[in-house]
Amino acid sequence: MAEYSLETPLKDEEIRKLKAGDRVFLSGIIYTARDSAHERLVKLIEAGEELPIPLEGQVIYYVGPAPTPPGKAIGSAGPTTSYRMDPYTPLLIENGLKGMIGKGERTEPVVDAMKKGTAVYFAATGGVAALIARSVLSSEIVAYEDLGAEAIRRLEVKDFPIIVAQDCYGGNAYVEGQKKYAE
Amino acid sequence: MREIESSKITEVVAKLCMEANFELEDDVQKSLEKAYETEKSPVGREVLKQILDNSRIASTERVPICQDTGMTVIFAELGQDVHIVGGGFEDAINEGVKKGYTEGYLRKSIVSDPVRGGNTGDNTPAVIHLDLVAGDKLRMYIVPKGGGSENMSRIAMMKPADGIEGIKKFVVDGVREASGNPCPPVTVGVGIGGSFERCAQISKKALLRPIGSDNKDPFYDKLEKELLILVNKTGVGPAGLGGTTTALAVHIEVAPRHIASFPVAINLNCHAARHKFVEL
Ligand code: SF4
Repeated sequence: MAEYSLETPLKDEEIRKLKAGDRVFLSGIIYTARDSAHERLVKLIEAGEELPIPLEGQVIYYVGPAPTPPGKAIGSAGPTTSYRMDPYTPLLIENGLKGMIGKGERTEPVVDAMKKGTAVYFAATGGVAALIARSVLSSEIVAYEDLGAEAIRRLEVKDFPIIVAQDCYGGNAYVEGQKKYAE
Repeated sequence: MREIESSKITEVVAKLCMEANFELEDDVQKSLEKAYETEKSPVGREVLKQILDNSRIASTERVPICQDTGMTVIFAELGQDVHIVGGGFEDAINEGVKKGYTEGYLRKSIVSDPVRGGNTGDNTPAVIHLDLVAGDKLRMYIVPKGGGSENMSRIAMMKPADGIEGIKKFVVDGVREASGNPCPPVTVGVGIGGSFERCAQISKKALLRPIGSDNKDPFYDKLEKELLILVNKTGVGPAGLGGTTTALAVHIEVAPRHIASFPVAINLNCHAARHKFVEL
């Protein structure tokens, strides 16, 4: 289990180093998106229209934060379950997306897209939302404000604590970890 | 007749919605601390450490433990000698939810029409389970329930012949297949018997019992302890990344059933097992 500090945007050679189970502290700009935002992004790509955020080398965090209390950069902001985004993810990876942060396993089409497109899926610990919010330095809504908690935000993060859940070789920290402790 | 002002109910519900989301009850906190001591996987221990750090930050800064501040589920026991004055009971509760979720900067996660969409904007309506009981008190459990763990619930209309072995398989498979999605370590609420809807309801009610308490019926107490061992042998572990702590507790609630039916339901609660109790 190696440990890395990485900066966004992510490069292919950095992603190739990462193995399922490695710990990563991520810094730089990341974007938030959940179900509805994914649906809209995919519709735009299919229509050949311009996206409200860049995808090349970028990382998307699956989160719908709590409202921001006065004096804070963001409200509590832990990951949501990722598989709901699986129908949309392969197309985003084909268009340059390099990393995703969420919780729970991804399905086969996403795994294949990650192998082909050299992308990585990170797990943040679900439910540790107040702790994670501390690594967010600033937050700004950049698209789909009408979606409320599901709007796309641009976050500046510092040492966001994550684990490589599924790497670009098909390695899976959930499967490998659970196998080790199953009796 | 004892009178309770509806505004009093609103005030208490608002306060408890916030407190439930900011701080874990002692039973949950203690059992997480114990899990941190006993967990064998290094990754699992790291996850449990994050969970404990998180709960400390949330309670001191008065911010939500989890961004998913849930659908507000309320189990209420209303004494039949209570007269609620100044407004309706359900309205009073929903006013409280609205106030608590707004003033506490809690997330509003309720979609008004399940198919056509739209957010109600204030996390109402609450899901209210009301029992009319003897006496002149009003007791309420406020249980904000997150979507991630709720989605991993299941119910089966089994055959009476499936018996205890059927129950064990259903519970263990349910937890294993839920994997990391319900944010383990989980609490497993198991409903056995009743009708279809009663079974689902008591599986959630089972989550209200303090972690570490015994089932009053020694038969089910033994079954709970066996199930806990089996569930922890799945290896799912904290956050689903592997380990020896998959569940903190298994709680069983039972109800009489029809001779032809054998419903079994599981309702999972995440490590952010939030609940508050009040008696008025
Ligand atoms: S399952 Fe519980 S801890 Fe996990 S994200 Fe949902 S509400 Fe939060």
